[in-house]
Amino acid sequence: MQLKGAQIVWECLVREGVKTIFGYPGGAILPTYDAMLDYPIHHVLVRHEQGATHMADGYARASGRVGAAIATSGPGATNMVTGIATAMMDSSPMVCITGQVGSRAIGTDAFQETDVTGVTLPVTKHNYLVTRAEDIARTLREAFYIAASGRPGPVLVDITKDAQQSSCEFDWDAAAPKLPGYRPNLRALPEEFQRALDLINHAQRPLILAGHGVMMSGARQQVLEFAERAQVPLALTLLGLGGIPASHPLNLGMMGMHGEAWVNNAIQQADLLIACGMRFDDRVTGNVKTYGLNAKKIHFEIDPSEINKNVKVDVGIVGDLREMLEDLLPGVKSADHSAWLDHINQMKGDAAVLDIQSLPDTGHLYAAHVINDIWRYTEGKAVTVTDVGQHQMWEAQYYRHEKPRSLITSGGLGTMGFALPAAIGAKFAMPEEEIWVIAGDGGFQMTFAELATIAQENIKLNVAIINNGYLGMVRQWQEFFYEKRYAATPMLSPDFVKLVEAYGLKGLRVTQRSEVKAAVDEARAHPGTVVIDFRVEQEDSVFPMVPAGADLHAMIRRPAPVQVDVMAETGADLHAMIRRPAPAQVDVMAETGADEGDWDLGATT
Amino acid sequence: MAKHIFVSYVEDKPGVLNRVASLFRRRAFNIESLTVGHTEQPGVSRMTIVVDADDLTARRIEANLYKLVNVLRVDDVTGKPAVVRDLALIKVAVSANNRTEVMQLADVFRARIVDVTNESVIIEITGTEDKIEGLVDVLRPFGIIEMVRTGLVAMARGAVTVSPNPPLVAAAIPQPAQTDMAGVAMSV
Repeated sequence: MQLKGAQIVWECLVREGVKTIFGYPGGAILPTYDAMLDYPIHHVLVRHEQGATHMADGYARASGRVGAAIATSGPGATNMVTGIATAMMDSSPMVCITGQVGSRAIGTDAFQETDVTGVTLPVTKHNYLVTRAEDIARTLREAFYIAASGRPGPVLVDITKDAQQSSCEFDWDAAAPKLPGYRPNLRALPEEFQRALDLINHAQRPLILAGHGVMMSGARQQVLEFAERAQVPLALTLLGLGGIPASHPLNLGMMGMHGEAWVNNAIQQADLLIACGMRFDDRVTGNVKTYGLNAKKIHFEIDPSEINKNVKVDVGIVGDLREMLEDLLPGVKSADHSAWLDHINQMKGDAAVLDIQSLPDTGHLYAAHVINDIWRYTEGKAVTVTDVGQHQMWEAQYYRHEKPRSLITSGGLGTMGFALPAAIGAKFAMPEEEIWVIAGDGGFQMTFAELATIAQENIKLNVAIINNGYLGMVRQWQEFFYEKRYAATPMLSPDFVKLVEAYGLKGLRVTQRSEVKAAVDEARAHPGTVVIDFRVEQEDSVFPMVPAGADLHAMIRRPAPVQVDVMAETGADLHAMIRRPAPAQVDVMAETGADEGDWDLGATT
Repeated sequence: MAKHIFVSYVEDKPGVLNRVASLFRRRAFNIESLTVGHTEQPGVSRMTIVVDADDLTARRIEANLYKLVNVLRVDDVTGKPAVVRDLALIKVAVSANNRTEVMQLADVFRARIVDVTNESVIIEITGTEDKIEGLVDVLRPFGIIEMVRTGLVAMARGAVTVSPNPPLVAAAIPQPAQTDMAGVAMSV
């Protein structure tokens, strides 16, 4: 059938299963917007194109399907770059469609012309410039295929205005992808697994490092079967949270810069690290020269270029994680690692008493309390979408995720402003779920224009602003590493309650811990979006912390319990106790030394 | 660090050279030379890429090249039986007194004189990098006015046919120390 390029765009999107698209119109994409009205796709008008990409990203992470965003040429497209880079770093499947000036105007610095394929080349999995209507169908089919297959990622399709306007024959079946050089379905040969099995079946202190790949390949069952049969404890990356239930007895929790001490120490003491769908990011390893020196390493990974990139491994196996584990499982023997598990539990017991949750309630409002209370009152069943910073780390520590895709967060790129738009996208993917946005006062102000999108679309979100009047994580680094010289981190914010009321939404403010439950309950009961301004302790810090580039076991730990007792007994302000340990006061080696027990930690000597 | 020579087949599409060059730039791989041209197959171009890299980095480069959707095949021909050639055009300042001497030198290197004026000659030489460096060294005292080199092109020796787009390729897992590089079946 003879169709215009603009119509072909929508014919393809409908056939690719797109129900919702996030976008912003403009001159070069106008023909496509005009055709949109005739197709059964819901368009969400964003307030900034960055929001459209985060929404498509959030939609993709919540659903596992490809998210779609659309914008015009020039500034519309460049505004998308941050969201595309965010999706790229976290392997989120997304297709972005941008209008481009007419093909004959390309290269003339025409109005709103930008070399969008050039600009987005390093931050997309692949991208296209389409100058003929005849090429639109195949290109879009390839784009969706590439975005979703192998290691997923964002694909951008830039379509010139004349390609949208001209007509051609549309034949979906004839436009099947032609990608001779694209090989996403890697599969390791069976003999590859023997070397891995030899290591696994002989390990004394094995540890599984579970990442985003567990969720993306749907390997939860296989990982658990493996862990349970061989009695191997699991440590999770930030993006891996929810991939394995937090309540599972073998799940130790999050690793890395703000991971729990017992997790990082277990990594350093293990004799075998089994990485499953994770990429040894620097926030996970700390100093790679001293990372897991006691351990042999096996890396199950879908992307060959990740193997031996950051950490040298003994066995690297490429493929889809679930398929690999299915091939591996028949050879995994039952094992008893109770000495190793007991040792970890002992470390855990020591650290737990330092936990902020065990501190007396003095009435002060701490972000960790707020997040832990939200977890408690939502019974851990909400989907949380976080921004980037201290609150993100507290969320990872104090909201315990049981199910996959219940935490949506920008891990790799660390994009402030991600949370609110990503939550909007997630809501369209899972309208029945209770969604909580957890954002700082800084990040919230980067993209809060999307409150108008929420109002226009009439969707229900719960938003917790962890408002400490600082760019908290940067302030924490300034406190620890820059002698408390707070350069440009104190931050004035508007009255968030009034602000959200101006959008016709409900705003609440909480300043005392005793008010948290009522506010959370009220937000959950309200049919529309509610934003709660939690005025939390201003100079609180996230513990434990591995300073950037430091050894993984060289953590700045939570305040010592003896201090807590003294303070509590003398009735001193909790505030005074929480701010203490500047790095100079912390004898890092002595602390980790106490945790090392009988295990030989070659790295430190 | 050592020199690695990659021969890569890529789809002949707009922007592919940019994708390859961008990859080397953003991953901070040192590119020494890159040549690109047609092959015997329509729609397939062939690149010879010379990089300064240790073995592990070379494997990472290979793996990253394979991630590019338009890249069909990558072979590291370093250390394998292969013909490797560079072509240079060298314009040398001469006078009536020393022109014969320059021409004799060119002859020794089996180079050709392709242009002669009263003040200069252009010498064309094809060969390995060492051979060209040798000629350049002996010509330098006469005064080199300008020089251009193509960068290396390479081809494996022997009659074995190489499919530009094989269904089965080495997994390109960066594992320098092991010869038993993982075999992985890849299918589209």
